[in-house]
This record gives sequence, structure tokens and C-alpha cells, in this order.
Amino acid sequence: MGLLSDPVRRRALARLVLRLNAPLWALPVAWLERTMRSVGLEVYTQSFSRKLPFPDETRERYMVAGTNVYGILRAPRAASTESLVLTVPCGPDSTNSQAVGLLLALAAHFRGQIYWAKDIIFLVTEQDLLGTEAWLEAYHDTNVTGMQSSPLQGRAGAIQAALALELSSDVVTSLDVAVEGLNGQLPNLDLLNLFQTFCQKGGLLCTLQGKLQPQDWTSVDGPLQGLQTLLLMTLQQASGRPHGAHGLFLRYRVEALTIRGINSFRQYKYDLVAVGKALEGMFRKLNHLLERLHQSFFFYVLPALSRFVSIGLYMPAAGFLLLVLGLKALELWMQLHEAGAGPQEAGGASGPGPPLPPAQSVGLASLVAPLLISQAMGLALYVLPVLGQHVATQHFPVAEAEAVVLTLLAIYAAGLALPHSAHRVMSAQAPDRGWMALKLVALIYLALQLACVALTNFSLGFLLAATMVPAAALTHPCGPRPLYAALLVLTSPAATLLGCLFLWRELQEAPLSLAEGWQLFLAALAQGVLDHHTYGALLFPLLALGLYPCWLLFWNVLFWK
Amino acid sequence: MAAALPLVLLVLLLLGPVGRGHAEPPRDSLREELVITPLPSGDVAATFQFRTRWDSELQREEGTDHNFLRYAVLPREVVCTENLTPWKKLLPCSSKAGLSVLLKADRLFHTSYHSQAVHIRPVCRNARCTSVSWELRQTLSVVFDAFVTGQGKKDWSLFRMFSRTLTEPCPLASESRVYVDITGYNQDNETLEVTPPPTTTYQDVILGARKTYAVYDLLDTAVINNSRNLNLQLKWKSPPESEAPPVPFLHAQRYVSGYGLQNGKLNTLLYNTHPHRAFPVLLLDTVPWHLRLYVHTLTITSKGKDNKPSYVHYQPAQDRLQPHLLEMLIQLPANSATKVSIQFERALLKWTEYTPDPNHGFYVSPSVISALVPSTVAAKPVDWEESPLFKSLYPVSDSSSYFVRLYTEPLLVNLPTPDFSMPYNVICLTCTVVAVCYGSFYNLLTRTFHIEEPSTGGLAKRLANLIRRARGVPPL
Repeated sequence: MGLLSDPVRRRALARLVLRLNAPLWALPVAWLERTMRSVGLEVYTQSFSRKLPFPDETRERYMVAGTNVYGILRAPRAASTESLVLTVPCGPDSTNSQAVGLLLALAAHFRGQIYWAKDIIFLVTEQDLLGTEAWLEAYHDTNVTGMQSSPLQGRAGAIQAALALELSSDVVTSLDVAVEGLNGQLPNLDLLNLFQTFCQKGGLLCTLQGKLQPQDWTSVDGPLQGLQTLLLMTLQQASGRPHGAHGLFLRYRVEALTIRGINSFRQYKYDLVAVGKALEGMFRKLNHLLERLHQSFFFYVLPALSRFVSIGLYMPAAGFLLLVLGLKALELWMQLHEAGAGPQEAGGASGPGPPLPPAQSVGLASLVAPLLISQAMGLALYVLPVLGQHVATQHFPVAEAEAVVLTLLAIYAAGLALPHSAHRVMSAQAPDRGWMALKLVALIYLALQLACVALTNFSLGFLLAATMVPAAALTHPCGPRPLYAALLVLTSPAATLLGCLFLWRELQEAPLSLAEGWQLFLAALAQGVLDHHTYGALLFPLLALGLYPCWLLFWNVLFWK
Repeated sequence: MAAALPLVLLVLLLLGPVGRGHAEPPRDSLREELVITPLPSGDVAATFQFRTRWDSELQREEGTDHNFLRYAVLPREVVCTENLTPWKKLLPCSSKAGLSVLLKADRLFHTSYHSQAVHIRPVCRNARCTSVSWELRQTLSVVFDAFVTGQGKKDWSLFRMFSRTLTEPCPLASESRVYVDITGYNQDNETLEVTPPPTTTYQDVILGARKTYAVYDLLDTAVINNSRNLNLQLKWKSPPESEAPPVPFLHAQRYVSGYGLQNGKLNTLLYNTHPHRAFPVLLLDTVPWHLRLYVHTLTITSKGKDNKPSYVHYQPAQDRLQPHLLEMLIQLPANSATKVSIQFERALLKWTEYTPDPNHGFYVSPSVISALVPSTVAAKPVDWEESPLFKSLYPVSDSSSYFVRLYTEPLLVNLPTPDFSMPYNVICLTCTVVAVCYGSFYNLLTRTFHIEEPSTGGLAKRLANLIRRARGVPPL
């Protein structure tokens, strides 16, 4: 897949790097320190290192080490209780030097002003988001992801808001804003409104998800374009990946945005002064904040920069989807009750009470085996790929990352064979009751999970509900089994991921071929596992430990003998 | 030292019962001085001190009753113009004459650091302390920032700093002096130049470092009469390479760690940068009751090892009555950073207890660190060859330390805050509606209606009726 996919080449390269004792690309730390100090900031550095669980193929890194540089502009006569952050993530694939330049220019300008009431931290991080994560963890003195970093020497109180800046060239034709953070967290809508205000004020062209803002909402095109943007945002948010360095700040309740300067070779261009003015305006507004941003919405989806769909509007949709599961479960419960009532009446005629408890205990006992086995499958899916990568690389000619992805897929597929191995305890007298009870449990389990997910990350919850609910409600051991099986497989979490990738690229107007889609799918799997280990993204454990076992239960119901 | 301290109110109630009077009439004295410390970076620190002393009838009781000791902090308050005006009014010359003419609010609050204090204390008048005088000492320190106010220039004058010059001493003052720190200044290696040239210099060890000051006595007529005003000017001739300022031997930092709204950790980092001397510090923490401290989680580590404090005094908080008080005596090893951390849980307040801006967070007052810090003079490596032999017998004397009290930064902690917007609106609207409806209804229910008898009328009417009755006509 990448340069490092061959284990032999990777080892050779690692040795070479070790011998040179220098990273392939490094931040000019000393120069940055000197420049920031000459501007009049308090400058500190922080070094960090992290060994990824397996080599990252897309970024080609494994043993990551770097140094973050940050300078604090102390607000005059204030007591350093609050601060704002301007961060520029640098990395080997996005050196972001224009953004560093703009950051230094802004720092020099801000230093001469006397109106600051909050300290301002100018942060340049190395290794993209890993550096940001290391800095944030050190700033809050926690260790969430097992990062090794040196403690911070200088702090500036509670961070109130943060802006991340990424510029790909010194000519900017439009500014793109990213809001989706880690695990689908979003910043307060007011921060986005602030950005939009300054875009309008400065006459800058602003985009959301790379899409221009529709001008005319009355014709068909406007809403259609809004829908595309909305779908893109839903997909981005559902992925649970931080869509920029700002995404990691949200965990610490720091409202944050990423602003990307895009050069798309349009005819109207802005120089960095225009971008700098917008940033200065935003910082001055944030400087005046008395309280943290809290007045506006935290839960929203955006069809355009100036329009949003609030939680009150979208939540009923998810609620109605989940209601299907609830109603289906109620129906099963009634059927079970009727089925149980029959023997009870019969038992009531012959003797008092005894037939009912055995009937129930048999039902429960038959449930334990499939539940335990599917959960164990989920646990294996969660633990084995990373644990077993070395065994896999020793026995098969694959690199670690490939080993992890292939193990993932193998375990996932092995789960499909579960019904044939799981049928041990079977109640001979009431086979119907068995699958009904299992489906009842599975339905409630799924409804609970989806409800929790939809509350915290609506996009993910909605996507999963929209795909899984129909199949889950329809699954039935009798009837056209191959049809149901095909439907279930198509709506399994992995298939949903694959479909989402195609939909995403289609919406971005860069459609994928099947082979590319498969490659992207493999890369996305590896990225998902990596994100969980490096940033604490919860999508992978949610799918592996929650939804996949639940889906297996439905698979089990379908093949119930 | 870029951050200004919050307003710290130290109230020491040392008043005993009123003593007997004495024969001498009360006598006032005022001393004022201004110390200017220019730094190679271009920053200038200026410290004003005014001391008023007067005799009084009040007598100091023997010893101090610790029940009268009070300590209070307002961490939220930032010193502002409204604090300067009443402060200036305490000065005998107000801001009319003397050094206090330089105290112009628009310049003083154009600085990067501002600190203002009032100290009051009894002073013994004789050795047996039979009678006392009272001393009111007012200090004001500002640091002018070369980046903001100097536009990058490093030279300074009184006029550029304060937009005023000195014209006369305060007529009430018995002493009125300006000191300028010229430690690096000597004849052959001129780094800075002061005009007018000083007539006298003064040398002393200040905060553990040897300093040389140029002294300008305003009471000395020659200083002012030459040009009718005194505009001190400082020029850097060959400023030394702008290097990082020397790190003080003791400095501290405080922060909250953790995330989320349930638990957190208060951390205080104490740095001892002295190369070879350990010294004890007294750490005083007051934490508001709405942070529930878990005292069993108190950990003190220096250099990766557990550091056991030699003295701990803990007074637990009482909800809504008193804050936590934690006092510790900690030995800081040489060249180390000591981390004092304690976990806390955020309490849920009653809805009336939230401040009007609850999402701003709640302040936690700074820690106070008191220590005897070794002097720089003693820390300098001694040139053993040059110095007399007996010095090697007594390498470091104990008198070579000075007292320092440091305040760390205050903290801002977010507590779990309900969304006040909706309940507030609903409560306000409901209260208004209820008040209007209930008020009028209650009014109707409790008001008693009774028919008022028409009054019999005024005097004229009575007279008319009398006449009418006399005439036999029915009355009005």
C-alpha cells in the first residue's frame, strides 16, 4: 500500500532513521523559538513520543516523536486565568508553512496591542494531530492515550476557545471551515456564526465541506446543494474522526474550529492580510467573552453556513426509527406471552404453577449461549487484530497494518459462521419461543445502543439506525432466508462503512471505482483502529463491542433451526 | 511576573484595648520614594513607596491573639482606576505635589503589570514598646512594557513613562527620593547613561542580589532648581545581548488538571532552581467549599520521590460557611520541581447560589508561598584562589537568605451549571403572571367593602341647615 508496507523495507528504513538519529522531516524548533521570543512571547517547547500500535500506512509513520513549540502572549495586568489558542498543526505531509508565517505575523501584531484580557497561546505542533493531542494532554495533565511527553513549563489558565489554521498556499481563494470533532463532538454554533460574520465582513468566500454556499433557496438547486452539504457533514460526523486539529480540543470543552485556506484557482484571490484580518477580528471578539460560549446550540447539522437544523428538528426522525424497534419488541413480547400463556393454562388445569418456571428457564438458557458467543466474537474483533499482528507477520508475508486489517476482516467474516456452531442448547418443545426471545433481546439491545449513540453523535446514530433497523425488524427464521441474509449482510456495519465511503466520494464529486473503493475501505479500517488507539476515538470499540455482536444476534435469529 | 496579582486583602486585626494617653502631641511624618529598575530588554519597573507615621492613643496589646487573625482573598477582582483614586486620597499631598504627581491613571494602567498595596501596622516607639506609632505604608508597582509602550525603543525618561516630570517634593515630606538601579553601570564599561548624572550612589543587597542605585534627593534644592523640573532619562549605550532574564530561585505555578465536570485535580508546582541549597517553604491554600477536596489524595512529589511535609494543618470546609484551609511546610530539594496535587469533586450548587455569569467559572484563590530564599550573592561560585583562606571555613552563612512571599495565579474552575436561560425566562414570566393574577385576586378577596356614610358637610352647610330649620324649610 505504501512505502512501509513491506516489512523488510520498513525495517531497513527504521534502521537508517535510527542511525541518522533525525526524523525525515522536522520542525525548525530553534528558529521558531528564537522568532517567537523576538516577537515578545514567552516561549516553551514540549517534546513527545508515541509508538503507534501498528505502522500507519497512509502517513508512513510508526515510532512518532516530535516537538511542539508554543508562545504565550500574556495579557497585561490580567492574572492568566483564561486563554485563547491559535494552533497550526504541521506534519510531514502538510508542512503548513504559510500558516506558521501568518501565526507569527499575528503574534507580532497582537503583542503590540493593549486590549487583551485573555492570554493568547500560539501553538505550532509537529506530527499533525498527534502533537496537538500530546500538547492538550500535557496542558490538562492527563494521560488518555498513552502518549509520552515532557510536562509543560508554561500554562495560561482555562482555555476558552481555540482556532486551528491550515493553509495550503499563500494565495487563498476561499476559506473552508471544519467543525466536526472527535467522536462527532461539535463546537458551539456561536463560534461558527462568528466565523461567518467575519467572512461576510471581509468579503471572503467561505465554504462548508468544500461546497459553495447556495445563494438562491427558492429554486430547487439551493436546497439540493444544502442537502449535499448536510449529507457530507453527516458522514464526516459519523466517522467520529477529528476533521482537523480543533477536533481534539472539544474533549476538554474548548470550543474550536479549523479554518482551511483553499487555493482552488478561482479568479478572485485573497492575500494573507484578508485572512489575518478575519482571524484578528475573531480573536478580538473572543477576547471580549465574559463566559464560555454556551448560549447557542451544541447539537446541530448544517446544510449551509447560515442555516442549521437544530436537535429539536432532527431528533424526532431518529426517534421514529427507533420506535420501530420498540414496537417490534412489544409485538414479540405479546407473542411470547401468548405462547407462554398456553402451557400455563394447560398447567393450571393439571396442577398449580410448576410449568411456567421451567418454560422460562429454558428460554433464558437458550439465550445465554448465543449472547455470550456473539459478545466473545466482538471482544475478539476488538482485541485480536492488534494483539496478533506480530504472529500474523511472522507466519504470513504481510506488513503489520495489512495484518491488522486482514485479521479484522477474517474475524468479522468468521462471525457469520456462528449460528452453525452456536446451536447447542435448544429447547425442543418450543423452538419458536427460542428465536423470539433472542430477537426480543437483540431488538432491545439494538434500540438501547442506537438511542445512546444518537444522543451523543446524531449522525452516526441516524446512519446506523437507517441501515440496521429495517433489516433487524424484518429478520425472521422462516420465509425467504437468502433474501433476508443478503439484506442483513448489506446492512451490517462493515457494509455500511463501505457504502458510506462510496457515497462520500460521490458527494465530493470524485467517484470511486470498485478497486479504489476497496483500497479506501481497507485504509479506513486501519485508520479507525489507529484513531481509537491514538486519539481515543470510540467508533471502533462501539462497532466491535456493541453493534457487531448485536448484529450477530440477528444473524443467529435468521439461521435459527 | 507578567501577571498582576489579584486584589489581596490582608486584614490583620491586631487592635487591643485602648491604652492610656500620653503627654506628647501626635506627630506626623511622611517619607516617599520611587525606585526605577530599567532592564536591558527595555522593560522598566517603577515602585512608589509612601510611608506615613503618626503617634496615637491606641495601644498595642502584648502578643498577638490568633483569634483575631483574618485572611481573605477576592481572586476575581482586578486592580483598576477605581482602586487608584481612593488610594491616592490617603496620601498627604494627594496627587498635587511630590512623587505622587506621576500617578496618572492613564499611564499607570497602560502597563503590563500593576500592583497596589496598603499596609498598616503598629511600630514601637521605644525599646520597651510602652507606646506605639502607627505606620501606613502605601506601595504601587508598575512594569512598563517596551513592546507596548516603548514601540520597541529601550530608552526611557520620566516624561515618557508618566507623561509628567517632577517639580517639587511634597512639602510635608521629611524625605523624598528617587532611586535608579544602575547596577551594570561603571565608568570604563558604559552600558547605560543616566541624565542628570547622580550626585550620590547607594549600594545594598536587595532580594539577595547586590545592587547599585543612583540617588536623587528632591529635598536637595540643587536637583530641581537647575531646570525647574527633574526629568530623569535613561539611555542604553551598549545594551547587553538580550538573553532570557535570570530565573528566580523560587517560583511557582498553579493549574487545574483533568477534564469533565465531575472530578479534577489542583496542582501547585514549586520550583527551587538553586544549584545546591534546599530550603523549606510554607504553602497556604484556601479552596472554596464547592470544590470538595479529597485530602487522602494529597501527594507531594519532588524529583520523582514522595516528599513528606514536616507540618500539615488542614481545616475542612463547611458548606456555605467556610472554605478549606490547607497549610504545609515543605522542604524543597535543591534544583528540583515539587508538585503538590490534590483531587477534588465539583459540587452541585443550589440554583440561587450561582453567580450571574455561571459559565464564566468559579475562581479559586491563589496559593500563598512564604519562604526564606537563599541569596544570589551566596550562590555565586566563590573564587577560592582570590578570596581569603578563612572563607573556605564558612562557605555559606545562614544570614544569606531573604524573605519572599509569592502568590500563584488564581484558578478558574467550571462547575456543573444548569442551563439557566430557559428556567430563568420561565421562572420570571411565571412569577410575573402569578404576581399580577394573585395580587389582584388577593386584593379582591381581602378588601372589605362598606358603604360610606355621606359626611354631614362643612360649616357653611350646617349654618345653612340651621337657618333652613329655623325657616321651616327641609334641610339640604
